[in-house]
Amino acid sequence: MAKRAAPEVNAGSMADIAFLLLIFFLVTTTMEKDSGINRKLPPIEESDEDVIIKQKNIFTVLLNGKDQLLVEDEIMELKDIRAAAIEFLDNGGGTDNDGNSCDYCQGKRNPSSSDHPDKAIISLKNDRETSYAAYISVQNELVGAYNELRNRRALQLGPQRGFADMSYIEMTKNAKDVNWPGNKEKLKEVIDQIKKEYPQKLSEVQ
Amino acid sequence: MSKFKKKKGGEIPAVNTASLPDIVFMLLFFFMVATVMRENTLMIENQLPSADQIEKLEKKNLVMYIYVGKPSSNYRAKYGTEARIQLGDKLAEVGDVQAFIASERATKREEEIPYLTTSLRVDKEANMGIVGDIKQELRKANALKLNYTTTQGDVSNN
Repeated sequence: MAKRAAPEVNAGSMADIAFLLLIFFLVTTTMEKDSGINRKLPPIEESDEDVIIKQKNIFTVLLNGKDQLLVEDEIMELKDIRAAAIEFLDNGGGTDNDGNSCDYCQGKRNPSSSDHPDKAIISLKNDRETSYAAYISVQNELVGAYNELRNRRALQLGPQRGFADMSYIEMTKNAKDVNWPGNKEKLKEVIDQIKKEYPQKLSEVQ
Repeated sequence: MSKFKKKKGGEIPAVNTASLPDIVFMLLFFFMVATVMRENTLMIENQLPSADQIEKLEKKNLVMYIYVGKPSSNYRAKYGTEARIQLGDKLAEVGDVQAFIASERATKREEEIPYLTTSLRVDKEANMGIVGDIKQELRKANALKLNYTTTQGDVSNN
């Protein structure tokens, strides 16, 4: 009698098994979102030296327990704070510590507002009862104000340095991107210059 | 007598599904690779606020996670409804933050320690009081790099 060939295993249900696993992973997958607002906390210093800062160089933002905003002693809506912060930072009414006036500022040069972006400080104070969502919204708007100014400056500086039509955000993205073909050394120089011209001075009152 | 049998009828042959498992396996492998198994089981509600001026957190292995939020429904009887801190996989007090930072640092190489970032994953509805306390503890522990982790979106959603 001829040798009988072993019957083939029926693979018809393989698809079902694979589907089952697929659905399990589909359901359990949470695409991790790891992005947010970066901040640096001030180190604890022992020295009690008071640095004297002129009142006109401070932009006070108060956020009370009912999530209401008080900006420079005026009640303000969240949507207006970014424009107000830009106006304050970009004022350029005076000179910086070395006596240079701000030649890239486009503000009103109001002598009773900030002297120079280098001196301008935003001070944010919140209550214990303030909700986290409101706090993040305000932080976001203030960071947005800085980013808008930096983007504007990047579009001015870029063409002179060979990085035309690139906003500050795109510059920082490209500087981190390994596949970006341009000259990174030069790009980093531009970024550092913009950072120096519009330094992020955001202080939080405890 | 015919050597070649005539094919019966004009029926349409069934679609060959032999490659279906391959396709499904391909999808399966994609999801298996893309899935990040949560390191910590959350015992609290964690609905992050949204913001649009955000930066990506780099080097995921150099991130310490601190979760804040109300205990989720099955822990409410035990821990109440006030916002709590979760470190690793258990609820903790503000005073435990420094010890947590120290233990996280101990697991990293020495040259990596300055690059450690704390990711604060705080529920929308939590108060700033607890967040302020954590920030103060982080300053004491000299862990100054901080990231308020948020979702991408407009602030009007908050």
